[in-house]
Amino acid sequence: MSRTTTSPSARTASLGGRLAALVPVGEIGGLLLFLALVVTGFSLATDLFLTGPTFASIAFQLPELGLLTLAMLIPILSGGLNLAITFTANISGLVLAWVLQANGGAEAGMAAFLLGAAAAVAAGALIGWVMGAIIAYTGAHPILVSLSMMIFLRGLGEFLTRGGDVSGFPEFVREIGHGWFLGIPVPLWLLIGCVALWHLLLSRTRLGLTIYMAGSNIEATRYSGIDTRRTLMLVYTLSGVMCGIAGVLMLARFNSVRVGHGEAYLLITVLACFLGRVDPFGGFGRALPVALALLILQVIASGLNLLGANQHLATALWGVFLILVMVIRYLWAGRSARRT
Amino acid sequence: MHSFPLPRIGTTERWLMAVIALMCLFLALTTDSFFTLVNLFDLLNISAVNVIFAAGLLVVLIAGGIDISFAVAASVVQYLTAITVEQFGGGNWAVGFLVASFYGFALGALNATLIWRFRIISIVVTIATFNLFFGALMFFTQGVSIYDLPDWWLDRIILVEFDTAIGFAELTLPVAVMIVVVAATWFLIRRTTPGRQLYAMGDNPEGAKRVGINIAGMHYLAYGWLGVTAGIAGLMQAHYAQEVVPNALYGRELDVLAAVVLGGARLGGGRGTLLGAFLGVALVAITQNGLNLLGVSPYAFKMIVGAVILAAITLSGSGMTALLGSFRTRPDRAPERAAS
Repeated sequence: MSRTTTSPSARTASLGGRLAALVPVGEIGGLLLFLALVVTGFSLATDLFLTGPTFASIAFQLPELGLLTLAMLIPILSGGLNLAITFTANISGLVLAWVLQANGGAEAGMAAFLLGAAAAVAAGALIGWVMGAIIAYTGAHPILVSLSMMIFLRGLGEFLTRGGDVSGFPEFVREIGHGWFLGIPVPLWLLIGCVALWHLLLSRTRLGLTIYMAGSNIEATRYSGIDTRRTLMLVYTLSGVMCGIAGVLMLARFNSVRVGHGEAYLLITVLACFLGRVDPFGGFGRALPVALALLILQVIASGLNLLGANQHLATALWGVFLILVMVIRYLWAGRSARRT
Repeated sequence: MHSFPLPRIGTTERWLMAVIALMCLFLALTTDSFFTLVNLFDLLNISAVNVIFAAGLLVVLIAGGIDISFAVAASVVQYLTAITVEQFGGGNWAVGFLVASFYGFALGALNATLIWRFRIISIVVTIATFNLFFGALMFFTQGVSIYDLPDWWLDRIILVEFDTAIGFAELTLPVAVMIVVVAATWFLIRRTTPGRQLYAMGDNPEGAKRVGINIAGMHYLAYGWLGVTAGIAGLMQAHYAQEVVPNALYGRELDVLAAVVLGGARLGGGRGTLLGAFLGVALVAITQNGLNLLGVSPYAFKMIVGAVILAAITLSGSGMTALLGSFRTRPDRAPERAAS
């Protein structure tokens, strides 16, 4: 099986080369074509699709899914998986809700919100750090560790909320989730910032390189003198940080916290990673194609919604879609292997 | 293939037995209802379905795969079986087992085909089929339950009955089916050549391929076996619950997976025993039963069970060894570790 190995640390001298490295045309061209196809298909299917409100709703819904996908991306690149992302985000949201309520509930000020957001991100980081430490120091499989963490966090959340909603936040929190800044929704700014951060982290830092190395071959990475335990702990801590940010955003968007909210996103985050040409076994993949894949999936989700598709039918379609993406990847890999 | 060592009880199993014994002792002393025949038989009746699932899942884990779609597959099998026996004009237990096994095997074979034919990692395939099965089931049934099942399916069959001071203690059909499934699985993995080949494949797929093991056949055997046991478990669950509810088994896969891993099966394959799987299910069941008898809030159940699983994975045999660093002295690992 041959892979397109774009070295993440590639330093090219010319400006054109740099741009090409930043936006790999071959990787993105197929996705852009696919996006065009999807958009054309939906605009032919329903007149409601090519309208302002549709795009506004896509722009507002994309960020929650996007932040969770970024949280999933780095563990997959390192050769693992983080199944606890949505419940980590839920618990982070609960932490923020708790700080807001401890500071006057609906009368809480901006300072309380900032403090709560920081605490939420810290809670996400802590959860991620615990998972990373267990994975790094006991050698337990990431799927199992994140799965049991997910079961624990879901139980913790249900215990704390008794299965209900937590709400009653100040008005400005809702505006953060629904506001516009320079013609672009505030949540989308947040997502753009986080995608840029992840892109820089993966392509321009030493940690990014070691994440790719660990995902390709962790033993070889360890023998080359890199502290792989530290890398794995950072991977899951960063994933937790991103979940924390997602938790803050989800609270602002819905003006309430409910444990289990976003559970259905888990499949779609995995799907976005693999559609964005991330290698399921780790070591290969970039942030920008994943962001584009995410946009495609959100367009499909909104389109299905506009067509009035049943929610359960949509769930089944996501499953079929993930299988199709993986089958096409396999056939594509086989084709290019025969060609060379 | 006939010189098997005498059955030895592994470290994980011994630990689990010690923990279960301690918990039983504690519960027997603190509650007056735990150590009664009624409660113990109830525990067995309730756990039988999970043990049947666990026996099937163990086979897949030994072969180096993972499956999270089996519980919703069992729900699909319940519906298909109910519809099919109605077409046959009622049927009986023999027809029921046959039909459920057939549908279960078909769904397992679908997973095996995707995993083997298209080289997709099993967690991704089963996340996809989980959503596909569940979404399609909910879509086609519109979430409607079936109460109108044939009489043979609903009649409680009591195998053993004792009249005690606090009520009747009875063992029902699912316990007998559990014993048969566990015995058959034991025979498969311990006494047949393909069963031993499953361990070989799980431990070292490349090595297994080179000694000429039919890897494709192994995939169909492992996922097909899980499918059949899941189908039978679905039949038993509907028998126990007296109805077919589309989302009744949703979420069960995580409990069973966690219990089997608790029992020493390794994600990555090649290791795992039926005794361990049984003890894992027993530990979770006794924990829940004990919390219930102690009057702990049901909302705290999942949290505590999750914490128990997380701790157990962290402190499991291999995890402890890795933490203490004693793996360096294990002779079978010495060559590959020597370089460090």
